Amino acid sequence: MSYQLDFPSLVPFLPQFAAGLWTTIELTVISTLGGLLLGTVCAQGRISKDTWLRTICSCYVEVIRNTPFIVQLFFIFFGLPALGFKLSAWEAGVIAMVINLGAYSTEIIRAGIDAAPKGQWEAGQTLGLTRRQVFWHIILPPAYQRVYPAIASQCIIVMLGSSVVSQISVEELTFSANFIQSRTFLSFESYIVAALVYLLLAILMRQAFALVKRCTFKNPSL
Amino acid sequence: MMQFTDWDILRNLLLAARWTILLSLLAFIGGGLFGLLLTILRSMRNTLITRLIQGYVEVFQGIPLLMQLFLTFFGFSLIGFEVDAWTAAVISLTLFSSAFFHDIWRGCIEALPKGQWEACRTLGLSYLQTMRYVIVPQAMRMSIAPTVGFSVQIVKGTALASVIGFVELTKAGTMINNAVFQPFKVFAFVALLYFLICFPLSLLARYLEKKNHVAR
Repeated sequence: MSYQLDFPSLVPFLPQFAAGLWTTIELTVISTLGGLLLGTVCAQGRISKDTWLRTICSCYVEVIRNTPFIVQLFFIFFGLPALGFKLSAWEAGVIAMVINLGAYSTEIIRAGIDAAPKGQWEAGQTLGLTRRQVFWHIILPPAYQRVYPAIASQCIIVMLGSSVVSQISVEELTFSANFIQSRTFLSFESYIVAALVYLLLAILMRQAFALVKRCTFKNPSL
Repeated sequence: MMQFTDWDILRNLLLAARWTILLSLLAFIGGGLFGLLLTILRSMRNTLITRLIQGYVEVFQGIPLLMQLFLTFFGFSLIGFEVDAWTAAVISLTLFSSAFFHDIWRGCIEALPKGQWEACRTLGLSYLQTMRYVIVPQAMRMSIAPTVGFSVQIVKGTALASVIGFVELTKAGTMINNAVFQPFKVFAFVALLYFLICFPLSLLARYLEKKNHVAR
């Protein structure tokens, strides 16, 4: 038995693929920005002197890092409405992705902060800066630079993870592929196209992160 | 109508968790063996083999695991093999984890100073002897912590097998939720069970890493 792959039949569905791709990009950009912001704030919480704040932040990180993304997604999309938070699929997807990346990037950024010499904290405080000022202006920028490769690959992982969001019917790339295969029965072909687009997106993201790195970080010593 | 107590929910989830654990173990062993093979092949420094393996890793790390599951599930039936969700899940999780294991272990081997290879050459050791007595013992010690750490990713990856219809913890959660309609409680239980599997592994990985740092 032999099967001929039939890609030309997918051509009429290109607009669907494009729409899905656009949603995937949208989800990725929003959750990358939101997740990194959340991660930075929580990283600050994890090194705070307040024991409660520290405990809450590390519980958040451990719970998210030790449960599957799809379960977090289901919990937010199906579980929270039971408590009275009504969310659209798109909102639930974005929130889940932000929370997920937030936890991972907390851990990554904290590693960068830990590597900062203690003298920098002391020097900053001696100059009359508050702890928060020292954190944001002195400790954080080189910390980001140190862990930048880890952050970049985590963001790519989150982009790939966005395919899971199709399971709560957010109309992104994987959802488009599912939709098209249900219309045409060309399951393998649709998924191959989507997979290649993801691969391309991952490679492009890596290039983009390298470009940002060259333009942003001026300190060659790190 | 049948009433479900909390214990009924939890008991059914626990039964399903066995499948999550079994699938994780199979993927860990299969992926480990295949990843080992890739690592050995790569350490021979043949340019063509290295290129091929690099491509393999790039593909499996650059395509979402969910897509890999779909492609395995539907791809096999195209070439005439009827695979069930269980086989498809084992195969794609094995391939997925082999790519990551290979990457971890290659990193451990490359982290060793190049001078050691040269020193072994000078001492007249063959390739196999160098691997057996010098490289592998050191690389193994380094690789244990990240390997355990990656096993957490495998356990979490098995949750995606629910999408192609394999009844493990997540799928059981969805099914039970359809019966009892208490999504908050059911998915909290599901998350708790995953946490109970993954958290000890994370702790172990962290402990091993710390121990390793002290030893060096």
